[in-house]
Formats: sequence, structure tokens, C-alpha cells
Amino acid sequence: MTRSSAIRALLACCLTGLASCGDGERDFGGPRENRLQPVELVLMENGRPDPAVLADEQTVLRGNGEEPETLDPHLAQGVPSSHILRDLFEGLTTESPEGKVIPGVALRWNISRDARTYTFYLRRDLVWSNGEPLVADDFVYSLQRALDPGTASSAATTLLPIQNAREVLAGEMAIEELGIALLDEFTMQITLTGPTPYFLGLLASPVAYPVNRKNVEEFGDQFSKPGKLVSNGAYTLSEWNPRVGIELVKNPNYREADSALVERVIYLPIEDQSTEVNRFRSGDLDWTFEVPNNQFKWLQQHYARELVISPWMGSYFFGFNLTQEPFIDNPSLRMALILSVDRQILTEKVTQFGEKPSFALVPPGIDGYVPFSPEYADWTQEERNHEARRLFEQAGYSEDRPLRIEIRYNTSDNHKKIALAIASMWKQVLGINSTLVNEEFRVFLQNREQKVVTQVFRAGWISDYNDPYSFLELFRTGHGLNDYGYGNSTFDALLDEAGKERVRARRERLMFEAERVLMSDHVVIPIYTYVTKRLVNPHLRGWQNNVMDHHPTRFMFKLKSRAPGSPEPQAEFAPDTPPATEAQPRATGDPEEPTPEQAAEPVLADEEESQ
Amino acid sequence: MIQEGILRHAATRLLGLIPTLLLLITIAFFMIRVAPGGPFDSEKVLPPEIRANLDAKYHLDEPLLQQYFRYLGQIMSGDFGPSFQYKDWTVNELIARGFPVSATVGGLAMLLAFVLGTLIGITAALKQNTATDYSVMGVAMLGISIPNFVIAPLLILGTAVYAGWLPAGGWDWSWQRMVLPVITLALPVIAYIARLTRGSMIEVLHSNYIRTARAKGLPERMVIRRHAFKPAILPVISYMGPATAALITGSVVIERIYSIPGLGSYFVQGALNRDYTLVMGVVIFYGIVIIVLNFIVDLIYAWLNPRIRYDEAS
Repeated sequence: MTRSSAIRALLACCLTGLASCGDGERDFGGPRENRLQPVELVLMENGRPDPAVLADEQTVLRGNGEEPETLDPHLAQGVPSSHILRDLFEGLTTESPEGKVIPGVALRWNISRDARTYTFYLRRDLVWSNGEPLVADDFVYSLQRALDPGTASSAATTLLPIQNAREVLAGEMAIEELGIALLDEFTMQITLTGPTPYFLGLLASPVAYPVNRKNVEEFGDQFSKPGKLVSNGAYTLSEWNPRVGIELVKNPNYREADSALVERVIYLPIEDQSTEVNRFRSGDLDWTFEVPNNQFKWLQQHYARELVISPWMGSYFFGFNLTQEPFIDNPSLRMALILSVDRQILTEKVTQFGEKPSFALVPPGIDGYVPFSPEYADWTQEERNHEARRLFEQAGYSEDRPLRIEIRYNTSDNHKKIALAIASMWKQVLGINSTLVNEEFRVFLQNREQKVVTQVFRAGWISDYNDPYSFLELFRTGHGLNDYGYGNSTFDALLDEAGKERVRARRERLMFEAERVLMSDHVVIPIYTYVTKRLVNPHLRGWQNNVMDHHPTRFMFKLKSRAPGSPEPQAEFAPDTPPATEAQPRATGDPEEPTPEQAAEPVLADEEESQ
Repeated sequence: MIQEGILRHAATRLLGLIPTLLLLITIAFFMIRVAPGGPFDSEKVLPPEIRANLDAKYHLDEPLLQQYFRYLGQIMSGDFGPSFQYKDWTVNELIARGFPVSATVGGLAMLLAFVLGTLIGITAALKQNTATDYSVMGVAMLGISIPNFVIAPLLILGTAVYAGWLPAGGWDWSWQRMVLPVITLALPVIAYIARLTRGSMIEVLHSNYIRTARAKGLPERMVIRRHAFKPAILPVISYMGPATAALITGSVVIERIYSIPGLGSYFVQGALNRDYTLVMGVVIFYGIVIIVLNFIVDLIYAWLNPRIRYDEAS
């Protein structure tokens, strides 16, 4: 009697419980391929989406990689925390959906003739999430806090262009001597050590966000906890369970609160990429942090509508140790090795996840800069191999005098696959016997830095800001990350000049010249440039692809689902504004892919499909 | 008398805990420091000024021995310090949030494994060398030999992605999110316990006192329940001490695949990130959990097995 009723109760609980897992808002109704599709986006005259097409519940669930290390904007460095902080805070400048720098808290600014002094005029009516007015002094305090030696922020590197920043960080100067001045309640001035063309972009990064002085002084290093954190962005922190999730809700005090349509954002730290895909497929996520490489092909076939691929500002390459045998003073050998790597095969057959083959250091798409392209980029691989054999012999190697080298990388399946493929290409074309050495990440970094045991090693760079300089400066003589032992005074001089140059076109020319010098010295083996790949719920719109991979939630919104059985509209998941040619947010091979004209023109209310 | 013996034993064991822990702390402290690289190394090199500030903030600029004694002093007051990696949290906070999750999932898994494992084992032993025995034990062998990182994704695909019955991972203390991790964790343990139970049950059933019980005409059900069960699960109990410790301290694989905020990942992530304070905190905590569990097992063992009584040792 009791037992059977208990079982019945349990069963009932199962059935109702399953229908409404957790908070009852998410449904786990099977794989997304069988899911409802969104209605057509209809824009109003002011360019905003028509409320009639919006879903009732505007909650976005974003997969966010690893647990963020901190929500203190001045200490945060990782990508996961920066995504969250961009929703919580707003700097003097901010970014548009396309990743362009636009006015944030500062309404406008003046740049002095020597490009060293920036005067910012702040918006006058802004308040913090707790209602207190937001003034220029908040920024002065915050920038000083970020650069205070006691804060011990690693992210402060970003602010080093500010005058005396290095001395203040080293404790040699008082914090007041920073090149930051308060002119009046809503005006402030920042002086730089030298012209820094990407400085406005740096101000949009978390380390330059304002923090509320009273908030920090009251709670100390606990101020970034939910219930305590005061912020000035489109969202405020409402909940934080480490390794479970972070919930943000809309900040009614944000200056553009009316235009932010998403009411609630939940950032879920999901370390395992396959788990993330499974959670997306079961309807638990709207946006993944990334996708696993080994499922990329499958996703391309089965989730073409959801898979979004876009160029990213990172380069993957291998480096030579120029201070040791066999590569010291041996450019012909290095060139032979560079030439005999078939990048087409590496990206299309080995890695297979949409990366672009690369022949230079700086990836394409960075703020209008056209990277240097060496002559051999236009050759066929056959021609490259031929030239490689000639140079290899010229360097003094042959079948009788074969070369043995070590390829070193940090433990990872991807690096291993690539190193293995490169080794076999070298074996095939040049008869080189290479050994693969894999090391735990930190051991690897140390060996690379010491430049004693390394020969050929994995390297790569993902830039923090939208400027080629970020890639090139790594090769300066004596730079902390110059693990190649490269030193060329011409190269250094070109970079010095680029640092001082104010005219954009001339500065780009100088950097291009520097990249040419670097590539002619054969210091690295370019392999590919990165792309971002993720799954996005087709209901989620308003965001755009950009090379920074920054996607503030305040531009997003969710569409309603189409009633089951209604006809498929022709334009599937077209981006909301004309996309850049390469940055099409969809995988290839979609049979319903619209023509570029269709994609470029958002469908409006009077189209025949809309009901 | 017996009570007193157990108490004395408990006191000795608790006193023995101190040198064990001290040794553990010392070895762990110096081992993690010897590992190449430090908590603030990354592919992006820090300017020396910032590096110095960080070292000063976390006392990494002091001589190692001084850091060691500073750390000892700090943990005396129960403070494991701030995590290097998760800067907004102290190690105490992280353990306080992670351990209940691991303990719940691990404890439920152990419970499930004990109930199912002994049931299967006894069934197999009673039907020794029949088709039932072979099929049940065959399945148990599969449970041991298929690794959990294979089972877990299969379970997720079947029950979450295709059927839509359960969530594909995540954590909110709802039972739906516990089902799959508990099953995955329990499977190999069920199999192991079943094998242990079957073996010892068969042995016990052949012993003289069972023959006596049967000769007295006791019903078979009674023979099993009253006379065979207790001695037969003794090996299971001694296995359960370390096994429970392993389950409730969290499994990195399970935590990753189901995205569960347990303790296991803090240990591994802490070690990989050279998060000195976090690794040390978790190591010490693990040490205490394992010692306490072994002690509990000893007590249960004494209670179940009249041949072991601690007062006899003296």
C-alpha cells in the first residue's frame, strides 16, 4: 500500500519533473534539428526589430568556456571574463556590433596634434547601477587603481601607453604622476608616452572600465560578488555560482536600457567542448563558446544553419630557434623548410576546421591592414617543393648528409597532428628525419624562452587589440616573447618609426615594411590564421561577426518561433546587416543559402512570406 | 569494554592524523613549487614591473622556506588563502561549494553501487554457474572494462540529446541533473562490488556454520539473511572505504563531461595552473577525508566482524 503509492508519487514526479527541468523555463525536447524555426525578422522604420516578432522571453544562455578567473575588470585577462565584463561595464569608448570603436561613456573626444593628448567629454546624465552619478573622477580613480602597484594587475599591460604608467607600476613614481588629469566634473585628459593609434580601442577593454570607488572601498577584494558589484553597463550581476553559471539581468539605469532587448543573460562555464555541443543540441544553450575540432565536419553537415565561422585575429605558426644549430645563420635551410610545408593539406586534410592557410604573420581583417604576401604565396606547391630542394642542397644537406631536427610543441592533439604532418612533409620533400617532442605547457614555455634545447617549435599569437603592431612587436630585439632569438635593427627601426607615426596610411606602410623584413628573414613558418567557430540558436539575432569576436549581449534579441507547419521562408538566417564578404555567418553547403543580394537585404514587413 | 577499546583506537588514529597531514603538506608544498613554471606564467609575458607586484602581493618573492612557514601558520587558523587562479574566491569558499556537490553525487553513486552490487553479487552466487550467473557477471565485467568517458557521452546522447528526457549537463541541485553523473560514477563500482560479493558469498556458503544452519532446517532465506550476508560483505566494506573517498572527492572526467562544479576539477586545474593555494587546500582536504573514511570503515568492520575487537590488541 505505502510502497505502491510511493512509487506512484515518484513516477508522477518523474513525469512532471522531466517536462520542466530545473527552473521550468528550459525544455529538453530532443535534438535541435527537430526544433521550431524562428519567424522572419521584421524591422521597424527606426531599424529596430518589430516587437511582434520578438519572443516573449528574452533570456540568452551563452556557453563561456572556462570559469572566469575574476569579475574585477582591472584584474581580468581571460576571454571568458572579458565577455561577461563587456555586458557589465562600459568604458570611455565601447564597440559596435561589428567591433568598431564607438563613443561609450565619453560622448566625444579631441586628440592633440602630436597625438599624445586625448581630451574626453563625458555624457552628463549617466548613473551607476546603484543610481549614483557617473563622473570623470570615477575614470581617473579607476585608471589609477588599475595601475596601482598594490592592485598587482597583469592586465595593466594594456595601459602602458599612458605617460609614466611604467614608472608608477614599478613604484618609482606616485600614482598622481600618471598622465591622467581631471579637467572638470565631466572632462578628463589622458596623456600618452608616444602616439598610440589603437589607444581608443584599448579604452574599450575591461582594464579601462570604471569601478565605483565607494563600492571598492566598502568591500575590498570582495566587491565583484553578486549583491555587491556596482556596474555601469547594460547588465548587472545577479548571481554567481563558480563553475555553474553567472546570471546578469538588465540594468534599468543604463543609458540605452530601452534599446537592450535581452532581459537576462546566463553565462555557463562549460570546459568540455563536446559537452557544450550536446547541451546546445539538447536546447540548453543559445550560443556556444566554440566547437570541438573533431566534430567540425559533422556539424557542418548537420548544423549548417547554426554553425557560424568567422575570421579571428590570431595566427598559428611554428618558429625557428635562430641562436642554435642548425638554424643559426642558415636562411636557406629555414626557407627550404618554410616552402616545403603544404598549408593547403594542413588546413583541408589535417585540421579540417575551416582555418585559412597563411603565408605571413599578421592575419587578414585587422582594421584595414593588408598583410605582406611573399612571392611564393602564388606558386604551386610543386614549385615550392622544387625551390625548397634547391635551397636545402645549397644549405649543404643531401641524402648522404641528412638533417635531423626536433619539432617541439605543447601537449595537444591538434598541435600533434600538425607537427606530425609537417614532419612527414619534410621527410617526403627533403628527406629530413624529425623527432616530435611534446611537453606540458609551462615546461614548453620555459624551454622556448631559454632557447637552448629548442629547434623548431609551435608558436602562435592571438591579439588583444585590433592592430598589426601586436603581432610584429613580438619579434623586436630582446622582446620578452622573442623566443626565436631574432634581432634585426632595420626591423626594430621600422617599428620605432611606426610607433611615432600619426598618419595612418604611412604607419601602415611602415608596419607592412617591417613585416616584409621579418618574413624575408625566415623566422617563422606561417601555417594558418584562426577563425572563430560556434553554434548559435537561429532565434538569436542582432549580433554580427567581427575579427575581435566581441559580442555584447545588449545588441542581441530573440525571435519568436514559427508555428509548426508554416512554410519555410526563402532567406534562411540572413545576417541583419550586410556582412563583410568573408564573414558570412553560415557554413558552406547549405542548399537554402540565399544569394548575396538576398542576404544583404533584410526581409521587410511587406514580403509575401510574412503572415 | 568494547566501547572503551574503540575510543582508545579512535584517539590513537586521530593523533596519528597530525604527523600524516604534516608530511602530506610538506611534500605537496615543495612538489608543486618544484614543478616548472609559476602561477603567473602564460604565453603572454608580463613586464617585470607587473611581475614584481604580483610576486609581492602573493609573497612569492620571499625565500621558499619562509613561504612554507607562512603557509603553515596560515592553515593553522583554518585559512587556505585566496586562490591564484579564481581571484575573487578564497580556497575555503571554493572547497565549501565544491565538496557538497562531489559528496552528493559520489555518495549517491556509492549507495546505488552498494545496493545494486551486493544484490547482483548475491544473486549470482546463489545461482552459481547458471546462465543467470554468467549473464549478470558478464554485464558486470563490461561495467568495469568500459571507461566512464565512453559511457558518459553515450548516456548523454541517448537520454538527453535524442530522447530529451534529461538535461545534457550542468548543475542546479535538481535530481534530473544528478541522474546521469550518479549512474556513470556508480557503474564500475557496481560491477566491482558484485564481483567481490559473489566471490565471498560462495566462500561463505561453503563454510561449516552455514551447513549447520541448513542442517538445523532453517529456511534458505533465513540462512542467507542472518548467517551468510554479514560475513560475505566484509570484503565489500573494506573496499568501500577508499572507494567512497575516491567517489566523494570528485572525478575530473565526470565533472568535465557533465559540467558539474565538484572538487575534482579544482584539484587538476589547480595543479595545471600552478594555483599553489588551491592545490594545497584541496590536497589537505583530500587527506583529511581519506583518513576519516578509513577510520569509519575500521569501525564498521569491527562492528560486523566479531573476530576483530580493538581491546584485544592490548
